Amino acid sequence: MNQTPLVEMINIHKRFGGVHAVKGVNLDLYPGEVVGIVGHNGAGKTVTIKALSGAIPCDEGEIRISGEKVSIRSPRDARKYGIETIYQTLALADNLNAPENLFLGREIMTAYGTLNDRAMENEARKVIDRLNPNFKNITDAVKNMSGGQRQSVAIARAIYFNAKILIMDEPTAALGPQETAMVAKLIKQLKSEGIGIFLISHDLHDVFDLSDRVAVIKNGRLIGTRRTCEVTKEDVLGMIIMGKLPETA
Amino acid sequence: MPDLMQQTPVEEQALSRCLKQAEIDTRMLAMVIALIAIWVTLNFLTDGIFFTARNMYNLAVQSSVVGIMATGMVLVIVCRQIDLSVGSVLGFTGMVIAFLQVHVFSLGAAWNWPLTILCGLVLGGIIGLWQGWWIAYRGVPSFVTTLAGLLMFRGAAYLVTDGRTVAPMDKTYQILGGGLDGSIGARWSWIFAIAVIAWMLIHCMVSRRSCIKYGFKVKPMWIQILLLAIGAALVCGFVMLMNAYHKPRTEISRGIPVPVLIMICVVVAMNLLTKITRFGRYVFAIGGNPEAAELSGIHVKKITAFVFMVMGILCAVAAVITTARLNAGANSMGTLAELNVIAAAVIGGTSLAGGQGTIIGAILGAVIMQSLDSGMVLLGISSAMRQVVIGTVLILAVWFDVVYNRNRP
Repeated sequence: MNQTPLVEMINIHKRFGGVHAVKGVNLDLYPGEVVGIVGHNGAGKTVTIKALSGAIPCDEGEIRISGEKVSIRSPRDARKYGIETIYQTLALADNLNAPENLFLGREIMTAYGTLNDRAMENEARKVIDRLNPNFKNITDAVKNMSGGQRQSVAIARAIYFNAKILIMDEPTAALGPQETAMVAKLIKQLKSEGIGIFLISHDLHDVFDLSDRVAVIKNGRLIGTRRTCEVTKEDVLGMIIMGKLPETA
Repeated sequence: MPDLMQQTPVEEQALSRCLKQAEIDTRMLAMVIALIAIWVTLNFLTDGIFFTARNMYNLAVQSSVVGIMATGMVLVIVCRQIDLSVGSVLGFTGMVIAFLQVHVFSLGAAWNWPLTILCGLVLGGIIGLWQGWWIAYRGVPSFVTTLAGLLMFRGAAYLVTDGRTVAPMDKTYQILGGGLDGSIGARWSWIFAIAVIAWMLIHCMVSRRSCIKYGFKVKPMWIQILLLAIGAALVCGFVMLMNAYHKPRTEISRGIPVPVLIMICVVVAMNLLTKITRFGRYVFAIGGNPEAAELSGIHVKKITAFVFMVMGILCAVAAVITTARLNAGANSMGTLAELNVIAAAVIGGTSLAGGQGTIIGAILGAVIMQSLDSGMVLLGISSAMRQVVIGTVLILAVWFDVVYNRNRP
């Protein structure tokens, strides 16, 4: 791969008071690539990736988007660079409906500067229909929706605005097998459109199925990044548990 | 939801479908029924005094002060905050308005009262923003900040004139209080009614057309017409009632009181604010999930501070009506108003868990609270006993909110 990486995260550090949660992690991501990020609970995966999504700005380190150094201090900054995140908690406002959530912070306005709810509903229907054709009651409050429907709303929000970089934090943790398959299909489709995806997951099976490379984080450090096709699950497990790099073939 | 539907009898299903088609909130309906029940009971207990034009006129004027502040309290509670200082802020801004009008600016000048009102509104906004700044940017919980505000601004109201009452107010200014000349007369009341009904018609047609344009479902025609008819009947009934109250020893109808008109303006403005602006959408999003709002790029702190500013301005509006009505500024104005205002918002369906509430509901809540209060006055119940009853109603309203939310899918 000689092209410029979509994302380069160089020597990322994050401290919470006395706790050094992330200690110099390096990650990169190329267009049309899925990089799985795995590790124990509390290993620092989510904190690392939140430095990119802007939810928890990093203390030290450099982030480059398409080769250009950027400063991401808030989710607004991240969105500006085409970085969209699907959070593990989905980050939906339960009392609002699907279109309202989808466009939250980026509403379609009328010529008079007021909210254009009908246009937003129309657009939301289009994008949600593509993801989940059985999902019709999009104007219900999100709290009355099923887990799969809520996930669809969160995904629709991430892909509607032409993201270049997608971060998925445990996207299938709350889903049934059918919905998991839907997410897998979606990831492959987005990949073919040239979008780069960071996939954080506990499920090694998913990671091996979907990602091109896998990065292992343990105790706030990057153990290593390997091409998925060159390692076995046992190798990766060894990296997660023992922090031991497999002997390169 | 589906299995729940199967358990309910067929008639109930038909009724709920009807309500759903009419897009009427069951909770709102329950409130209207409660209000009617309270009115009928009070009317019965007072031997028909409650429904007299005079009583209803006074009820409307009294409700408007609480109602105006309750619309702001809806926003405050929706974004998971509370404001305990509203009564004191009313007292302080009211005292400042009265003091400026009587002692500082030359009394009788035409610009005097508009300028004092402007000063009052600006002061209310600044107070609200100041409290909002402590809450949003300094992380002091709103309960504490506004509890401190409750003390501080009550004290400040006293300090303006060292406790002396300021009177009398400007003649024109008094119109805003809904007193002897504080209403718009029969003819203008009818013109107002016609304008409102025309607006309802136009609004209905425009929204129908826009629904059809985007291919959304529209309400069945007969329900639409029925709703319009009910709305028109309510407006006409209200105007007739207000016109039936005459000025003393004359046949001149009073018509709609000015404070009610002010309240209607506030309701329209606040409704628009919540429904069609980004700000309103963000307030509800923050109430539903503050973290999600932040992650969506919403400036949560800014919005929170702004909500308190709106609340402060509305307190000043209520202060204008109160001082105009009293024809004086007294430092005890608005004492305990925060309880009525919070109760009105909560009874009106604003959930203390945040994220839920309507402006119209708060007005209904204010009318319910004021009906109970003034009904008990008519019955000759002591003020101590009234406080006991109002307190009980507040608990029951919140309990209803808890049960209502628990029973939903």
